[in-house]
Amino acid sequence: MFYQLLVSGLSFGSLYALIALAMVIIYKTSEVPNFGQGEMAMLSTFVAFTLLVTNEYSFAVSLIGAMVFAAALGMFLEFVFLRRAKDPNILSLILITLGFEMILYGVASWKWGADQKDLPFPVSDFDVINLGPAVISYLNIATLLITLALMFILFLFFKYTKVGIAMKATQQNATAARINGIRTNRILSITWAMSSMIGAVAGILLAPIATLDPNLMLEPLLKGFSAAVLGGMTTLVGAALGGYMLGVIENLFGGYVSLEFKSIVAFGIIVLVLCFKPSGLFARHYVRKV
Amino acid sequence: MDMKRDYYEDIQLLDSKILWFWFLMLIAALITFPFIAPNYYVYMANYMAINVIVTVGLNILVGYTGQISLGHAGFFAIGAYGTVLLMTALHLPFLLAIIAAAFIAAFFGFVLGLPALRLEGPYLAIATLGFGMAITQVIGRWQVFGGRMGLETPDLSFGPYVLESDRQLYFLIITITFLMTLAARNLMKTRVGRAFIAIRDSDIAAETMGVNLVFYKTLAFAVSAFYAGIAGGLFAFLLGFINPSTFNFILSIYFLAFVIVGGLGSIFGSIMGGVFMTWLLLVLDKVQELPYLGAALISFSENWMTVSGLPNIASIIFGLIIVLLVVFEPLGLYGFWIRTKIYWKTWPF
Repeated sequence: MFYQLLVSGLSFGSLYALIALAMVIIYKTSEVPNFGQGEMAMLSTFVAFTLLVTNEYSFAVSLIGAMVFAAALGMFLEFVFLRRAKDPNILSLILITLGFEMILYGVASWKWGADQKDLPFPVSDFDVINLGPAVISYLNIATLLITLALMFILFLFFKYTKVGIAMKATQQNATAARINGIRTNRILSITWAMSSMIGAVAGILLAPIATLDPNLMLEPLLKGFSAAVLGGMTTLVGAALGGYMLGVIENLFGGYVSLEFKSIVAFGIIVLVLCFKPSGLFARHYVRKV
Repeated sequence: MDMKRDYYEDIQLLDSKILWFWFLMLIAALITFPFIAPNYYVYMANYMAINVIVTVGLNILVGYTGQISLGHAGFFAIGAYGTVLLMTALHLPFLLAIIAAAFIAAFFGFVLGLPALRLEGPYLAIATLGFGMAITQVIGRWQVFGGRMGLETPDLSFGPYVLESDRQLYFLIITITFLMTLAARNLMKTRVGRAFIAIRDSDIAAETMGVNLVFYKTLAFAVSAFYAGIAGGLFAFLLGFINPSTFNFILSIYFLAFVIVGGLGSIFGSIMGGVFMTWLLLVLDKVQELPYLGAALISFSENWMTVSGLPNIASIIFGLIIVLLVVFEPLGLYGFWIRTKIYWKTWPF
């Protein structure tokens, strides 16, 4: 029982970790928690669905189409709305992303309606492998592997590529980065595109487990957000670890304490963590100076 | 004319005869309204008045104290369920029940205010959001609260009188709204209100000036939650039926949208925001029945979108309004009003 809960917790946790990573990447550059992240991912998943089911393209083509759409959407939102805000404070930035959330939610439910759809995924959710005391479905394995691969790619990206290093520089100090010849605006666009794509991967991996409707990402977004808060909104590694931790804790709670109140755990965790360690478990505490 | 000579002149509610005149006209209009307006508009007015209460309360927190709350639907739900349950289970009279429920909401607001002492910006947003979601989840799962099925409201009676129609409810709701708005306006002119504003402008500076942050931040949350609680109690009776899905995350964003559209840090703006946005919400709910536009939208939906999803257009328009207002007119309708006023006052210069 324990191992089973652990394994499925890790699989869910990896989705939370992806969403948390997507949020943290934007948070570090634009200094705003992107409440539209979930709906951006949801819309991209719907695009994949339309390409796959309505237009009957192959899975690979649909996936690429959805990724391109996600990247374009991220850049579009950043360029059209976020960049226009003059001298924004944190409240107005949060409000702008909440505005995105509503617009995208409205568009998706207008276009695809509220009825639930199935996204056919090439890996089965029902065939399982026995791993000693636990069983794990192919889909869960795929989720775990894809997430790990993506994290590894991100690690390489931030460590070894020019753009990745420029992105880190922009996150640390945008003015200094600009003085050193980095086009920070362009970096910002790339950041949003990247984050949107990571979110879209999470959405597509989630769709076969959950049902595809406009509410697909509402709860996962909050869980991903909690994961980011748990690990620390300012560290990528922390956010990923937070995602896995949240998935496991939540699943153990669901298995041993109460299945009914499983989804409340995340919120309880946020409030507790925020009370005792406001910067998250793995981030250095940052004190604002006057 | 605008010169103030002493403190009491500055904090006066209405500082000129003209304002007194308009104030009395407003009261007269509010009283005569239900006798001349058709039924649906009375319902609409009730809805608006309730949203005005929430908006004013949320503005105290967001606009005046500079904290953010994405969980006001939670307080709203506590008010609604609290009032109904206190009336059915403990047989309290309505006024007592709604005030008790609002105090329960205020207590939760106080509790939520505690983490707010250490959090700011995004972290506070997520904490309040988690709170709002948790409330809806708990209510939806606990049988005491009727679970997913919801609760029916009991009869609303004052002694021998039973309030049934929207017209009868109107007087109750509008009186409470009037008193709450007046109270908020007065509160902002007292020591407490100034402490809130000082915290918004800079909490560190406020603390060095001797403002007790612990007290005033939690107080702001409690007051704001109290307003949402009262509004929730009234809302339950407006609908006659409550279930958990009414009080979702989207509702919290709507409340925030009311505040932004009206104008941060202005009671008058909150009234405008609540009224205008409620009107928009109710109109967009039946967007397919609008003349010309409705038919065009339906044919557009048939070709490109889904007709069943058409009401979601409200969400798109609300989102656009929020984004555009924040980018282009951060003061909302109130800022617009002020600029129009100054334009005409100084015309032709």
